[in-house]
Amino acid sequence: MSKKQIRILSPNGHLGFAPTKEESFYIGAATKPDYYCCDSGSDDIGPTPLGADKCASHYEWQKHDLELMLLASREQGVPMIIGSAGDTGSNSRVDMFVDIIKDLAKKHNLPKFRLAYFYSEVDKNYIKEKMNQGIAIKGLDGRKDLTLEELDRTDRIVAVAGVHPFIKALDMGADVIIGGRSSDCAVFAAPAIRDGFPESLAYYLGKVLECASFCAEPYGAKETVIGTITHEDVKVTAMHPNQRCTVASVAGHAMYERSNPFYEYVAGGMLDMTNCVYEQYDEKTCRITGPKFIPVEGKITVKLEGSGKVGERYIGIAGIRDPYTIKNIDKVIQWARDQVEERFAGKEYQLHYRIFGKNGVMGDLEPIKETKSHELCVIVEGVAPTKEMAEEITMIGTRQIFYARLPEVKGTAGTAAFVVDEVLPASPAYTWTMNHIIPVDDPLELFEIKIIEVGG
Amino acid sequence: MKVLKLSELAKTIRSKNAGTDKITFDIIFREKEKYELVKASGCITKQKIAELYGIDESRICDFVEFDPAYAIKFTIYRTRPSGSPGESDIFGCQQYPPLLDLEIPIKT
Repeated sequence: MSKKQIRILSPNGHLGFAPTKEESFYIGAATKPDYYCCDSGSDDIGPTPLGADKCASHYEWQKHDLELMLLASREQGVPMIIGSAGDTGSNSRVDMFVDIIKDLAKKHNLPKFRLAYFYSEVDKNYIKEKMNQGIAIKGLDGRKDLTLEELDRTDRIVAVAGVHPFIKALDMGADVIIGGRSSDCAVFAAPAIRDGFPESLAYYLGKVLECASFCAEPYGAKETVIGTITHEDVKVTAMHPNQRCTVASVAGHAMYERSNPFYEYVAGGMLDMTNCVYEQYDEKTCRITGPKFIPVEGKITVKLEGSGKVGERYIGIAGIRDPYTIKNIDKVIQWARDQVEERFAGKEYQLHYRIFGKNGVMGDLEPIKETKSHELCVIVEGVAPTKEMAEEITMIGTRQIFYARLPEVKGTAGTAAFVVDEVLPASPAYTWTMNHIIPVDDPLELFEIKIIEVGG
Repeated sequence: MKVLKLSELAKTIRSKNAGTDKITFDIIFREKEKYELVKASGCITKQKIAELYGIDESRICDFVEFDPAYAIKFTIYRTRPSGSPGESDIFGCQQYPPLLDLEIPIKT
């Protein structure tokens, strides 16, 4: 028997990154949704969390948000689905979320339930084998096909799951699902597709719910919204007493954080939003019709994200007030660079300068070329294979701003002001080494699903 | 003919990461009239954006006029992935200010 509609509650656009607001969550929970779903990850946070295998979110906030969802979903006997556990969706982050769920079950004496989870880390050797078989790992967003050298530079890789492992986990009888790295929209689309709703509307439902109240107005993050899917349309309703989902807010959200507002690519196909029609359904609800889903031709491709360590990193800070030095800042920086190069010629290192007051935020994109500031702040970033070398490079690169040789400088006792006369250790530098896709025979081959019993 | 700044016409002007390799810019209007007026002005085109930011047009990978949201949207490639050494805006969210002062001529 097919369902006429289902309702999915989305409490937070990025679980744990900032805590879920409780008032609108409880208003939403009181309406007894059919599913509690939330995305917990993003590549927005830079490459360091994935590379260093740590969270960007605070543990207590993650626990808080999971607790809200778990208690409501267990009390009402409906599934709870989480994607991209712990920001990156790496294996250790999935384990961490699984442990949190187990602890919460114990803490609240929850009756027995089934917890499914899947990993999405991909072994480098698996990819190497594919490449050796002549399979191209195609680059996205202007990147070239993956090379073995880039693969070698990568420390950790996650595959971005589509709906498949979530549907499989529901088929296995899961009450709670903790997913590795996943497409944000798949977390919501999976239960809707499994319940027999059209893929086009299901993926749109995921698209509009993935950032929770970012699709509502006035602006206010971390508030609950509820999406309703039927066989004809999607409706999205704001739960916060002062928020509404309007045509403007929902259509505007379609383009948030994406290069094109019309197309969304997932493992298995593409959601085409070109012909979406947005209507005000009631005061707090926007109704959407007309999305299309175009299944992939040939093999399904799965997106891969990879992060690789570049080196150890230190940061130096220097202030400049002398107008003559400000005018000649490029020469000053060149002098400092030359001093580092003199000491470390032929060695592998990176030295970066950002000059705030000139173009520190925008770099070469800054249209204002003339520096009018009466003072500058120079941030020096030194990256090298060892901590000792990174510290020395950054120290020379910073302190030599103080010793810059300018022919007409009046102040000969030092051409820079220091907040601290030292350089500061920072987290190691990482970079996104992979933003690619890999073809697979079975969309589940990268995501092994495990199921355990918890509580009781 | 008078001239208004884009910041006086648009409700939202923002920039943000679109994945690891791109930054996307949104200019959103509250009223259809203002959106149509800016579109018709020809002041916001791929070429004008490239000139403003001092980049080659090929670095702009998408340029879309998105009628359902009364929005103009374009996306550029980063020169290196977000958060790499040397990057100064991990989230890409402070790259829009040059758009604020774009001058739009208004027929009166």
